[in-house]
Parts: sequence; C-alpha cells; structure tokens
Amino acid sequence: MVRLIDEFRDPELLRPLLQRISSYDDRNYSLMEVCGTHTVSISRFGIRSAVPENIKLLSGPGCPVCVTSQQDVDKAIELAKNSNIILATFGDMMKVPGTKSSLAKEKAKGANVVVCYSTREALDIAEEHPEKEVVFYGVGFETTAPTVAFSILEAKKRKIKNYSVFSTHKLVPPALRALLDSGEVRIDGFILPGHVSVIIGLKAYEFLSEEYGVPGVVSGFEPLDILITIEMLLKQIRSKKAKIENQYKRTVTYDGNIYAQKALEEVFKIDDAEWRGIGLIPKSGLAINEEFEDFDASKKFDVKVPYSIEPPNCSCGEVLRGVKSPFECKLFGKGCTPEHPVGPCMVSSEGACAAYYRFERYTRVVD
Amino acid sequence: MCLGVPGKIVSIEELAGFRLAEVDISGTKRKVSLDMLPDAQVGDYVLVHAGYAVQVIDEEAAKETLNYLEQIEWSD
Repeated sequence: MVRLIDEFRDPELLRPLLQRISSYDDRNYSLMEVCGTHTVSISRFGIRSAVPENIKLLSGPGCPVCVTSQQDVDKAIELAKNSNIILATFGDMMKVPGTKSSLAKEKAKGANVVVCYSTREALDIAEEHPEKEVVFYGVGFETTAPTVAFSILEAKKRKIKNYSVFSTHKLVPPALRALLDSGEVRIDGFILPGHVSVIIGLKAYEFLSEEYGVPGVVSGFEPLDILITIEMLLKQIRSKKAKIENQYKRTVTYDGNIYAQKALEEVFKIDDAEWRGIGLIPKSGLAINEEFEDFDASKKFDVKVPYSIEPPNCSCGEVLRGVKSPFECKLFGKGCTPEHPVGPCMVSSEGACAAYYRFERYTRVVD
Repeated sequence: MCLGVPGKIVSIEELAGFRLAEVDISGTKRKVSLDMLPDAQVGDYVLVHAGYAVQVIDEEAAKETLNYLEQIEWSD
C-alpha cells in the first residue's frame, strides 16, 4: 500500500509538472479554490508563488467558520451563556469574535463550552450529564453535516433526550452559483473541494459546466494533486471545453456517499442561509426537519440577539468572495493577526487570512 | 474543517447496534463510526473525518495519480 501522503509531495514528481504548467503563458488564468483545506495546502506548499504570475489562484468561500454569519456567531454565544447548557463545538469556533464577545471569552468567564473532535464525543457528554442540556454548535459543509445528522439519529436510537444541535450548516454548490451570478470576480475555473465531494459526488457540480460554461476539477489536497488539478483546468480552459473532472479518484466518485446523503435528507431540510460576505443565498443551508425538532436547539431555546455588527474595517467579506486578497486588507498583519484576530478569516486555521499570514507573508513582493 | 486523514481498519466491533472500527492513523489508533460505510472491512484504507469513516480509499486510483506524468506523456 502506498502511504497516501509522502509520495504526493515528491519534488521529483512536482518539478516537471510545474514546468508543464508554465507553458500556459498565452493569457491570464484565474482559478478559484473553494475549500479551506486547499487554501492551506496552496499556501503551505508555496504553490501560489511557484506557478507563473499569469496564473492567479484566488481563495473563495471555502472556510465554514469564516462564512458563518455574525448573527449565528452571536446566537451561539448567547446559548453558551445559559448555565443549563454545555455548548460543544469544533475548536475553530472558539475564538471567532462575535459582536461583543466570543466563546473563548465566555468560557473564561465560566460558561460551559467544550471543544470536541467529533459529535460522538458530544453525545457521550450528554449521556454522562443528564442534568444538563448539551448543544452541539454545528458548523460546516457537506463533509461535516452528515456526522451531525448521524449524531441526531444515534441520539434518537440511544434515547438521549438532552442533546440538540444548533445547525448553521451550509452547502457548497449554491455558493458557487451565487459567486458566478454576481459576476464580481472573473473565475475561469474552479478547484473543487475534495472531501465535500466525497459526500456529494461529482454530479453535484455539473451545472457549472452545463449552465455557466465554467470548468471544475475535484482535487485532492497534496501538492501533486493540486498541480495536476491546475494543469487539468488550464487544459480545459485553453481548449474551450468546460466539463467537471475528477482528479481525486482515490476517494471521490460520481455519486458520492449515498449513506451520508440519505442521513442528510432524513435529518435536515434545505433552507435559505445567510453567509458572511455574500449575504442571503437561497437554498444554501441545512435546518433540522420537523420530525427531529426535539433535537433542534433553535426550537428548544428561544435565542434572540438584539443586533449583530461585523468588525469594522475587516475585509473578510471581500476575501471570501475572492474580491480582495488578504494582503489587500488594511488590518492584515497589523491590527489583525492569528494571536489577535479581528475577523474569522484570521481565526480559523483554514481561513485565507490565517493561511496567508502563516505561510506567505514573507513571500509577498513589495511594489 | 473538512480535513480528512487516511487510516487502515484494524478491527471492527458492534456496540448496541452501531458498528465501530479501530483505525490505525499513522501509528495512532482511533475508534471511528462506520455509519457512513456499512460495507467497510478489516484491512480497508479509509478516509476519516471528525470521528467517522467517510470513504474507502481506492489504492489503484492512488497509484494512478502517482503515475500521472507517465500517462500524460503517453497520451500527449
């Protein structure tokens, strides 16, 4: 068995590919990656600066923490303030600044906030603490949402009644449609998310090529994967034939994971959702079905936030739409760093600002 | 967030109707749910995300990607 990681970083394989990519010097190419894990790989392995300047790699709305609306962040903070609640969530949400506070700050003040690696841990906590209500703050795209759906199905089966989910889950394809409809940024091709596609399959993106004539390639996360994907996209763009291709064949299929899709359909219903930076996107979010409302924290608790304000001067919104590079934000590296983040794109390890700050701030060419 | 790591299933147990796999991830063993992969077997390489195995990794396809350059040279 191949080790599935090291070989995909072999410079001997990467060098000739880079050479081939540099032969695409006839025009400007603008490619967008829509997955935070791709953003990190592209930054970390220096791919952005390794490809020729006429090939521009833009970061899109691929970081679920970053696209969570300010109001949803504030609602989660309100839930955490309730002394009957243990709020369980993924680590990245802790430091996201709300309008007045953050989960980390509330925890420091005594709120019961627990970082979990998996929803299954949250279920165990609920079972161990029947006197408390465990609310899982569900953030993430199609990759993560099934783990939340299965936790609800398991809670029902195990008769755990003090477990519920505050769902802010979002769907990737409607966001791609919204970006193309706005026409704000030129996108010649999409580097499509690998692990979202494990669940939803290649078929979920066919509208990109069929309706918009924009090519897309589902990509793995290692440098070899990403360079192959870039070449596949460039080839398509040059030949003016748009289609959806699969570079990540070792895990992604045309149909995706049908068991995960079934669980999503059973537990959730598709709803409109508010995205930071983009606004309301129709049918882009997952709300919990009526049948499972006993597990729906937004039904169990009447959470109201009077008003929500995004941090002033923060360019997260423009960064998430690919309109601005993190370097173009006034606060980047000055008022806003991973230690003292102003906006979520600098908080999440997968946020574009955090990735560019960590790996690329010294590679920047000063005009 | 959508991070997935490859690991090998070393054993499978059933607990109260739920199938759990012990997965070796680069030497670390972890219990993961097989709710999304009811057909997974011991010895399979799987992609693990947030405590769940989400897909069986196709070894042949992995090798194919590593041989990409050779294939391209033939097809060009």
